Amino acid sequence: MSLLTRNVCRALMQGTYMTHMGKGVHTTSVNADKNVCYAPHSISTLQSSSTEGRIKCTLIPGDGVGPELVYSVQEVFKAADIPVDFESFFFSEVNPTLSAPLEDVVNSIARNKCCIKGILATPDFSHTGELQTLNMKLRNALDLYANVVHVKSLPNVKSRHRDVDCIIIREQTEGEYSALEHESVPGVVECLKIITAAKSERIAKFAFDYAVKMGRKKVTAVHKANIMKLGDGLFLRSCEEMAKLYPRLQFEKMIVDNCSMQMVSNPNQFDVMVTPNLYGNIVDNLASGLVGGAGVVAGASYSAECAVFEQGARHIFSGAVGKNIANPTAMLLCSANLLAHVNLHPYSRMIKNAINKVLTDGKVRTKDLGGQSTTKDFTNAVIHCLTTS
Amino acid sequence: MSRNYIKVLLNPFRESKVLGSLLKWLEPGASNSSGVHKGGNDEVPVSRSGAAQYSSGVRKVTLIPGHGIGPEITVAVQKIFEAAKVPIEWDEVDVTAVRGPDGKMGIPQKAIDSVNANKIGLKGPLMTPVGKGYRSLNLALRKEFDLYANVRPCKSMEGIKTLYDNVDVVTIRENTEGEYSGIEHEIVDGVVQSIKLITEEASMRVAEFAFVFAKENKRKKVTAVHKANIMRMSDGLFLRCCRDVATKYPDIKFEERYLDTVCLNMVQDPAKFDVLVMPNLYGDIMSDLCSGLVGGLGLTPSGNIGKNGALFESVHGTAPAIAGKDLANPTALLLSGVMMLRHLNLHNEAEKIQRACFRVLREGRVLTPDLGGNGTCSGFTAEIIKYLDEPEQ
Repeated sequence: MSLLTRNVCRALMQGTYMTHMGKGVHTTSVNADKNVCYAPHSISTLQSSSTEGRIKCTLIPGDGVGPELVYSVQEVFKAADIPVDFESFFFSEVNPTLSAPLEDVVNSIARNKCCIKGILATPDFSHTGELQTLNMKLRNALDLYANVVHVKSLPNVKSRHRDVDCIIIREQTEGEYSALEHESVPGVVECLKIITAAKSERIAKFAFDYAVKMGRKKVTAVHKANIMKLGDGLFLRSCEEMAKLYPRLQFEKMIVDNCSMQMVSNPNQFDVMVTPNLYGNIVDNLASGLVGGAGVVAGASYSAECAVFEQGARHIFSGAVGKNIANPTAMLLCSANLLAHVNLHPYSRMIKNAINKVLTDGKVRTKDLGGQSTTKDFTNAVIHCLTTS
Repeated sequence: MSRNYIKVLLNPFRESKVLGSLLKWLEPGASNSSGVHKGGNDEVPVSRSGAAQYSSGVRKVTLIPGHGIGPEITVAVQKIFEAAKVPIEWDEVDVTAVRGPDGKMGIPQKAIDSVNANKIGLKGPLMTPVGKGYRSLNLALRKEFDLYANVRPCKSMEGIKTLYDNVDVVTIRENTEGEYSGIEHEIVDGVVQSIKLITEEASMRVAEFAFVFAKENKRKKVTAVHKANIMRMSDGLFLRCCRDVATKYPDIKFEERYLDTVCLNMVQDPAKFDVLVMPNLYGDIMSDLCSGLVGGLGLTPSGNIGKNGALFESVHGTAPAIAGKDLANPTALLLSGVMMLRHLNLHNEAEKIQRACFRVLREGRVLTPDLGGNGTCSGFTAEIIKYLDEPEQ
């Protein structure tokens, strides 16, 4: 009897899955091919063997705990039967012999338009004497200029600050990360920071557009124009010019040292922040620290064409490799954002709801949140909470 | 880069008076004054020029009251020092910009002379007028004294409620180069290039200072904060200098951390850190961040150590809105004064004043409005003076 009930339930569940999947298929096929508008809601098209309507996504596991976290994402995707196929590349700077060539990865991302990426370790030296890191090369090759990190307090995650909710938008193709350095005479090193009007305007526009899209009220430009009058001055001027075009959004400026102090004492005042490269890195990490650490904050990098989903605060957490203790929340949230990006909203919501439920219940917590559970426990708990409602 | 090379490069530097006296201080037997030192006190090493040789008798100190609330809090500090019978004679100078012989606005010559003669100073907040032709007065003073290291101890204080209660961090910031070199130019329209300058000499100097500071203050660990994964040559050079110096201090733990990791960990668990040493911009950001953890710039002292002297200052703004209303909080300047006394080897007076100040903050009866009280600056001062000679209960 009970067996029968379960079977009936399962059948019903699958039914609901299918309708969602149908939606997903529908919308994506519109994007992919204008002729296939009416995907029939029949079982045949939803077979996993069919590649029709399935999303292809590049996957870079990365270094450190990256592969463990990505595995967790794959498990969840498998359990929820999400129509996403991964194109996996081992890509690493610390392990150059095994790493896939940069072109292959770039081509794959450019073709798939989306990617989910673990953290890449960036060693502070290079055997070939190269100054650019692999991360920088990837970003430059794809022109992933905007990094967006939405820092939001999560339910039942213990932290000192409450109700933090800010979006940090960071320019990440120029500034301090230009990798232009030289030793003029022994013992004297010059490092160039490049700020251009074009890229400053582009990121400013992105930030204001994003703020409008998300229904935000205020944009804060973070700078150090009192010292770097030309460089940061140019960035600030670009933001000011752009602000004039968005009269409904409040605009304010804040010097980066004051900003970091305000961030730890009163983070609730911030809404959307737009920053040059290095300051963005600092503010991202500060804000992530406020809401529970690197393991719970998702981020994404955007170019005009593609989107790369990665953790908001990028730390390889090398001390935890192989110990099964890393927190997969951030990576799962990334995957949920990815699903929303490719218009599979029901799946996205399903994963987000499941994560929220697991966190709210508070029974399964990884070490960084004060618990004893393993990565696997957490993943299983999320899978267990996947419901279609 | 070989260690030998560094040694050769540093030779002329080592022969200078500062480092000579500094190194002498490190030799066994020279630290006979360490009995006076209290463990964990945030004092600046006493071995700097213009300090030890004057440890007896009345010492002349340049006093720069500054602008805005500056004069009020300076008076408060003077009153407290007088009541504590600190053997100091103030040499008050005004540094409001005047037009120099070269037509540029700058600090008056009288102030420069005073600073050069006394080699030690206490400074209130300064306001730099916005507009062309003005050089930042703070920057001018820094240049004049050759102040290469900025020290800012941030320690949680009882009675000051913040979200963090276990902060005890000292940030040491390289003060003369890095991102603040001021070399910038527009290559073509819309493309600006700013140069971050890192030199071995300056990096060595600040690293050396950090370790001496850690040793003298019985600190356990020095953390070099860097971003050498991104700026491999410049921050790499800074990091290498720190590593080299670290080998000379085997009893102090040395670790290297990326700036972003430090930011993340600092707001999660500040107790992980002890002494932080870093280049200019990172230091600027981290020192303000740490001040934020313990209650803001109104409570954190700051000292600038240089080859030609030392300048202690409060780093908060001039707060023109409350100037002259007797509402300003003199704590930061007072604690900077305490740091100065330690620098001058006046440990007893320093201890006395600091104890009284902490006690008033702890009891919280006469706090100024910025700390959520409704007291006045003069009331706060009087309360501290009252407690000066009372021993701890």
